[in-house]
Amino acid sequence: MLTIKNLHASIEGNEILRGINLEVKAGEVHAIMGPNGSGKSTLASVLAGREEYEISEGEVIFQGKDLLEMAPEERAREGVFLAFQYPVEIPGVSTTNFLRTAVNQVREYRGKEALDAVKFLSVMKEKMKLVEIDQKLLSRSLNEGFSGGEKKRNEIFQMAMLEPTLSILDETDSGLDIDALRIVSSGVNKLKTPQTATIVVTHYQRLLDYIVPDYVHVLYNGKIVKSGSKELALELEEKGYDWIKEEAESASV
Amino acid sequence: MTTLTKNKITDQILELHQSLNNFKDLRTNGAAILEQKGLPALKEEEYKFTAITKKLDQNISNFGPAHTVQLNAELVNEHLFEGFDGDLIVFNNGIYSPEFSHFSGQDYTIAVLDQEPQESLGTIAKMEKDPFVALNSTTFRSGIAIHVGRNKQIEKPIFFLFFNQAHNGEVISPRLFIQIEDNAEVTFLENTVSLDENPYFSNMVTEIKVAQNAHVHYSRLQAEHRRAIVVNNFETDIHRDATFTSSLVSLSGDMVRNNLSLNLLDSGCEGNMYGLYLLNGKTHVDNHTNVDHTKPHAESNELYKGILADKSRGVFNGKIFVRQDAQKTNAFQQNNNILLSEDATVNTKPQLEIWADDVKCSHGCTTGQLDEEALFYLQARGLGKEQAKGLLLYAFAGEVLDKISNDGFRAFVTQKVQERLGGSY
Ligand SMILES: Nc1ncnc2c1ncn2[C@@H]1O[C@H](COP(=O)(O)OP(=O)(O)OP(=O)(O)O)[C@@H](O)[C@H]1O
Ligand SMILES: [Mg+2]
Repeated sequence: MLTIKNLHASIEGNEILRGINLEVKAGEVHAIMGPNGSGKSTLASVLAGREEYEISEGEVIFQGKDLLEMAPEERAREGVFLAFQYPVEIPGVSTTNFLRTAVNQVREYRGKEALDAVKFLSVMKEKMKLVEIDQKLLSRSLNEGFSGGEKKRNEIFQMAMLEPTLSILDETDSGLDIDALRIVSSGVNKLKTPQTATIVVTHYQRLLDYIVPDYVHVLYNGKIVKSGSKELALELEEKGYDWIKEEAESASV
Repeated sequence: MTTLTKNKITDQILELHQSLNNFKDLRTNGAAILEQKGLPALKEEEYKFTAITKKLDQNISNFGPAHTVQLNAELVNEHLFEGFDGDLIVFNNGIYSPEFSHFSGQDYTIAVLDQEPQESLGTIAKMEKDPFVALNSTTFRSGIAIHVGRNKQIEKPIFFLFFNQAHNGEVISPRLFIQIEDNAEVTFLENTVSLDENPYFSNMVTEIKVAQNAHVHYSRLQAEHRRAIVVNNFETDIHRDATFTSSLVSLSGDMVRNNLSLNLLDSGCEGNMYGLYLLNGKTHVDNHTNVDHTKPHAESNELYKGILADKSRGVFNGKIFVRQDAQKTNAFQQNNNILLSEDATVNTKPQLEIWADDVKCSHGCTTGQLDEEALFYLQARGLGKEQAKGLLLYAFAGEVLDKISNDGFRAFVTQKVQERLGGSY
């Protein structure tokens, strides 16, 4: 589904991603871990199409198409979804407000008929249950005054509405208490199908008890320096990143 | 160019006013002020970002009055907004047109102001304060006076609809004098239609007295053609426990200057000023607002927002006076701008003069670009870039549009704003 080859990306002259290689197949869950500042969000943003980054080398193929050629909205319509680490506040725009337009644009692109107001509402109601989110929240200005948990649930709610093929969850678990974590991850799990894939960026092994990864990758200094099975996450939880850093540094000498 | 103020324009005007036989005293006073001061020169502080006199000199070839033009019922009806239900007062190049106006006349009176004595005229909007008030006073031909009696609650809005069209770049000088007596309530709406694209100069003066415990909403749309030069002097005296709310949405024109003054004359009164300027091309809109707190326990709220594209220019100047007597004043002012192009500019300046010590005043102004993070977020959800921009801008503008109290008029103005922003939301 997704093939990333030797991806290099920089911002304001600083190279942040320095040759990422990653292969994600339908039905898989990949976890990306790594110390702060290693480039995890940068990778997520580059995949979603944030324009500030300069791609100096490499390619990203998503379902046979060159992802890097596409505008962010095209990627979304093609089925890429990014749950933001820090969802933005948008005064005066509520979730319901923009989501109906968004959903219908995506549906139109995928050759499905648009949802009218009534249908949209009923789909919304159904998906709201998935992440136990309140309708009132959805009609408030986006993320303004939302708690951390509400922001993250709202992200997953939007994911449910947009029915993506590839979901990239950037620290959707950070700052959540255990109940919220359960709600959010059970939402994500219910949305999983053999045709979809998930990339979860996280610092915490805890999340991976709920969203069980097929692969765990460690991103360090803009490169994937180690990949393994879900046991790697347990090892990282126990030992931290120092041994990975040492391995990576001695390998690069 | 700087001497033109006292030569070409004023000479023409002074000559003209000799031929007008009504309002002799008012005109004589106005003429004296014009003769002495002329129209604002380039260096004039109050007009330093808005070279209106130069603009007039370059575009207005004839400072005589624009004569009335041919209107017809169909044309007038075309410019009523959907769902309009109220009284209609039509002006033809600034002159009241009874033929196309309709109102029940039960709860208030409308009188044509074309002869003396009209002692009150000029007592609220004082011509010493602004030369354009003097100019209007010197040259207007006739205006109207509206009187809303005590305790009258006028449920349906009173809609002033102006049709403007000049053939040789002439002057249109509407003049309104409105008195709202104690406990009365009324909503005024205003729109101006340019009938063609010839330049004209509309120099309007509106004076409003809002008596004790009266409540007045006044919403205006400015969407004149791209060669219209417009100066509005709008001044309101607000008495004890009364409220007055102004909403003003400016969408087009060549150069537009709005002077809006609220005089909070007693305790318990409230003055609100909301404005949106959504500009493109080379449109220049200057909002000078002034709120004068003279007595304790009064409140004022002000929110002006600007979205500027292309080479448009916005000016905001917000004066707040809090006199020594005006303890416990609450005064809030906010001006926020979004620049959509590198060639668009905004000059914003709050001017607070506070002489009382126990007051709550706040003001703030921001000028920035569209929030790129928010734009990316919406795109990442599948919204096209233009659509996402439109949505964000509309949300920004919406805070002001929401203040328009009349539903039909708000919908009408909102639609114009959405058309400009591309799409509906
Ligand atoms: N606009 C920017 N200009 C310069 N450097 C940037 C910019 N944005 C990010 N960076 C840098 O890129 C590096 C990677 O940041 P990124 O946010 O991708 O890290 P991360 O792995 O997601 O970290 P965290 O775990 O803290 O979320 C950091 O060193 C950061 O300072
Ligand atoms: Mg991050």
